[in-house]
Amino acid sequence: MILELRDIRLPLPDFTLGLSATLPGPVTGIFGPSGAGKTTLLEIIAGLRRPASGTVTFATRLLDNPARRIYIPAHRRAIGYVPQDAALFPHLSVRANLLYGARRSSSSPTTLTLPAVTGTLDLHPLLDHPIHALSGGEKQRIAIARAILASPALLLLDEPLASLDRALKDRILPYLQRLRTAFGIPILYVSHHLDEIAVLCDHLLVLDRGQCTHIGPVSQLITPIDRPAFALR
Amino acid sequence: MIDHGDWPIIVLTLRAAALSTLFILPPGIALAWLLARRDWPGKSIVETAVALPLVIPPVATGLILLRLFGRHGPLGAFLTGTLGIEIIFTPRAVVLAAAVMSFPLLVRTARVAFAEVPSRLEQIALTLGASPWRVFATITLPLARRGILAGALLAFARALGEFGATILIAGNIPGHTSTIALAIYSLIQLGRDAAALHLLAISLGIAFLAVWASEFFIRSRRP
Repeated sequence: MILELRDIRLPLPDFTLGLSATLPGPVTGIFGPSGAGKTTLLEIIAGLRRPASGTVTFATRLLDNPARRIYIPAHRRAIGYVPQDAALFPHLSVRANLLYGARRSSSSPTTLTLPAVTGTLDLHPLLDHPIHALSGGEKQRIAIARAILASPALLLLDEPLASLDRALKDRILPYLQRLRTAFGIPILYVSHHLDEIAVLCDHLLVLDRGQCTHIGPVSQLITPIDRPAFALR
Repeated sequence: MIDHGDWPIIVLTLRAAALSTLFILPPGIALAWLLARRDWPGKSIVETAVALPLVIPPVATGLILLRLFGRHGPLGAFLTGTLGIEIIFTPRAVVLAAAVMSFPLLVRTARVAFAEVPSRLEQIALTLGASPWRVFATITLPLARRGILAGALLAFARALGEFGATILIAGNIPGHTSTIALAIYSLIQLGRDAAALHLLAISLGIAFLAVWASEFFIRSRRP
């Protein structure tokens, strides 16, 4: 994966999101305090928000360039997005949720089939459950599986563990680690927990009040004793 | 018991209300979605104009329709001259009056239903590769369906009782354009109060069922 953000600018109520960064992947963490602009950045990359200026390029494909009136809509980007609250479709079954975006995956690798993905994320027992009967952790795993089954070229995970308690986090983290090896989909992983990023990510971008303060390999930015080699305001 | 002579009036009324509701559903749903989900120039003016039949006297709405759809009106001249379709003083006028008078109720209820659908779900559907049309058909519409159904039932109930605009553009021709509301008026004019009360009871029964069903769907809407 090479995701290139060049001179991205978007005024927000409290500050202006403004950054340039090249994210080599395969799994890049975006770290920062609440309200740093992490979700907004993901929404720009997913095509759910348009930057005021700047360009977004993914694997040589120009996705955004307001100056040249280029904007690839979200449904044509092949960029999966899993929000913090899972956002499962409440009127559909678990199976229908999982298969919602799977239509276009006929040409995708065989690793991205329903049995393969539900197997990896341990979802087989849940396929016939109603959405309202699922726990928070189950909902998150289904949301991640749903995004993967749409065969995204890039997967954006927006604090997928934020609403879960410690015990549940420890149970879901291994599933996320499996994603890396099982499907080979590049991932942008947003979190405000460095321990998650240290376990899952190769690169790290630190965002504070809409600005990129640090960027580099996780091994350089997070020391072995899990203490960041940077400080936030 | 329903009198033998009441049946044509009841059937005409139910058919006109059902047809008017069916006709306003597509434009009503489209407009409700546009009002709930999009910002566009003139939105507040359209919003106000759509609500006008709720507040201006129904007879005034009837007069506007008479001017528009009369033989010399801009729409009436086109419909009669080009397509050979007569509106005024035909059963079509009953449907037209009911449609115009009940349109605001459908739009206002459906707009609230659309506004309650979390836009987050629509965004996620887009990122899963669904086109905006597919998102509307598979996410927005199903999640708003109870509110839309409630609005349609409310519009149907309003159409059943329409009087002021109908009497102006459809007249009160027995067996042709005379609905329950118009027939009650005629019967009172003729001093046949018992027959009028009989129709009133029937009218109350149908309207009660429609409004009750509408309230049921509004209350049972998903959180």
